[in-house]
Amino acid sequence: MKLHEYQAKGVFADAGIPTPDSELAETVEEVVAAADRIGYPVAVKAQVQVGGRGKAGGIELADDEDEARSAAESILGMDLKGYHVDRVLVEDAVDFTNELYVGVTMDRGEGKPVAMVSTRGGVDIEEVAAEDPDAIAREHVDPSFGLHPYQARRAVYDAGVEDAVARDVASVLTTLYQLWDGRDGADAEINPLMVTAADEVVAADAVFNVDEDALFRQPEMADMEEESASGDELERKADEYGFDYVRLDGNVGIIGNGAGLVMTTLDLVDHYGGAPANFLDVGGGAKAERVSNALDMVFSDPNVDSVVFNIFGGITRGDEVAKGINAALEGFDEIPDPVVVRLAGTNAEEGMEILNTDLVEVESTLEDAVQRAVELATEVEA
Amino acid sequence: MSVLVDDDTRVVVQGITGGEGKFHAEQMMEYGTNVVAGAVPGKGGQAVAGVPVYDTVERAAREHDADASVVFVPPAFAGDAIFEGVDSPLDLVVAITEGIPVQDMSLVNEKLNDVDTTLIGPNCPGVITPGEAKLGILPGNVFSSGSVGFVSRSGTLTYQIVDNLTNRGLGQSTAIGIGGDPIIGTDFVDALRLFEADPDTEVAVMCGEIGGEDEEQAAEFIDEHMETPVVGFIAGRTAPPGKRMGHAGAIVSEAGTGTAESKIDALNDAGVHVGYTPEEVADHVEKYR
Repeated sequence: MKLHEYQAKGVFADAGIPTPDSELAETVEEVVAAADRIGYPVAVKAQVQVGGRGKAGGIELADDEDEARSAAESILGMDLKGYHVDRVLVEDAVDFTNELYVGVTMDRGEGKPVAMVSTRGGVDIEEVAAEDPDAIAREHVDPSFGLHPYQARRAVYDAGVEDAVARDVASVLTTLYQLWDGRDGADAEINPLMVTAADEVVAADAVFNVDEDALFRQPEMADMEEESASGDELERKADEYGFDYVRLDGNVGIIGNGAGLVMTTLDLVDHYGGAPANFLDVGGGAKAERVSNALDMVFSDPNVDSVVFNIFGGITRGDEVAKGINAALEGFDEIPDPVVVRLAGTNAEEGMEILNTDLVEVESTLEDAVQRAVELATEVEA
Repeated sequence: MSVLVDDDTRVVVQGITGGEGKFHAEQMMEYGTNVVAGAVPGKGGQAVAGVPVYDTVERAAREHDADASVVFVPPAFAGDAIFEGVDSPLDLVVAITEGIPVQDMSLVNEKLNDVDTTLIGPNCPGVITPGEAKLGILPGNVFSSGSVGFVSRSGTLTYQIVDNLTNRGLGQSTAIGIGGDPIIGTDFVDALRLFEADPDTEVAVMCGEIGGEDEEQAAEFIDEHMETPVVGFIAGRTAPPGKRMGHAGAIVSEAGTGTAESKIDALNDAGVHVGYTPEEVADHVEKYR
């Protein structure tokens, strides 16, 4: 779960990390009023959860009221990489001499947290990591001890941070680690951490992603979760149904159980010359209603021309799946798109007896089912 | 012969009084697994699925000379349950639970460095030596006894590809589902090392997926340390960057690391034949017979 910039800044500020004076605004008048209070120049920043907001036109600087007004007019209501902007953060534009990066994340390869510092802030840190990995100082942390103070200092000195702010940057990194550890962070980042002419450090941006699996013990974080998690209507619908769903560009709808098998079904659609429309995992042990919901999801995508429904039951039972497919399809006068079903594993035979084969096509292997769905999608297209 | 589990393995089921725990304890016993006890705090003295339940894993293990456990404990308590299994001490802990906070698993990971216990999972289907024992939720009827060592990050994909193998008469020595989480106990390298040392495993199959660098590390290990031939499969060739494909660990980063292509290339460079369909995996395995 990702916090918005304004939320993450609030969390950071409460923990003692310096952040610029700022205010959230939803209308042009609110933007102007906030800017007047804060004092020009200000930055007007779209509050949507996408990377590269600045390049996409989601951040503008304003030196006076006219500029604040025009920035607010252009950003509020804009579509930023598929996300509607309905709020902006109006923020004191920090006059900086240098931009740093500090971050904490889980290094999955090592199975340990890693704290990072770089003097190459203000740009995409993944690009820095790819081009010049040595430009980022990294400290792996034993999670049972936490980040030792010497490690924070070492990261700062190894990164080549200027002496005048070294102590403050180490302090920001330590606080950031404590927040990440205490609030079940997945990623915590300040990029850029600005250095001012007065040798102060200020967090000009803030990223804090919380481990979804830990939300049960982070009620404050869970309360900050907001609706606009995804800009895609179908992906929002999948959230409501509780499916793992990713929308893609093709026209073969895919439903299956288990992430690896669903991914494989996508790959096979591609392998046999088709184009997958989505990834949809109904999960383990799906009951009939969940199966019906999955079909409803895929039929809701106007790009879909055929559907492959592939279940290999372990804890999922073929009879439940068949009941769900029947229930979903018997509700239609005309079935929106042809459905190819393949059932294997637990209770597959019982499922095949239940399945209404007037409404679906049946194949006995994964490969055959995918090829048939690709054929059907191609026929519809032509 | 086999690795990790056989008909001598004595198993405690952690969380046996829950719906999943009870159901799968019965299924495991039906398959022939030596389930000797259950462990659930506060439920000591009961009997579930015909075996006694103890308040602590340590007591269950001591009373019944157990050496392994399977964890069916809800995610909020599963990290602690794994620690309990490790400290009891057991040789093998298999964690089925999905959705354990990643910081809990980081602490477990640190612990595992200092002990001899092997952890399988979490978020995995378990481990099976066909005809002898299964620890987990794998549907036993898909598997058959033989000489293919099988290791995979995904549950149902394991059933699919094992089914393709079984239908061709290519039975398995042991199949290990290592799980789809970012931090897991046994990884590909650990599993392949076991198969390399097992005289009855003639060929190994590894099923990977996008995300992380475990498959690349496996390729390096195969290149440097393995005589046993290995066949590969990588799921997620069509996955777009930045989108998590179900498993917490299955994501190609925006910067393009963790791609299927990089994994397939690394495996090919290590002399591993990678199948593009489950049938092709079976084709490659057949060649080594």
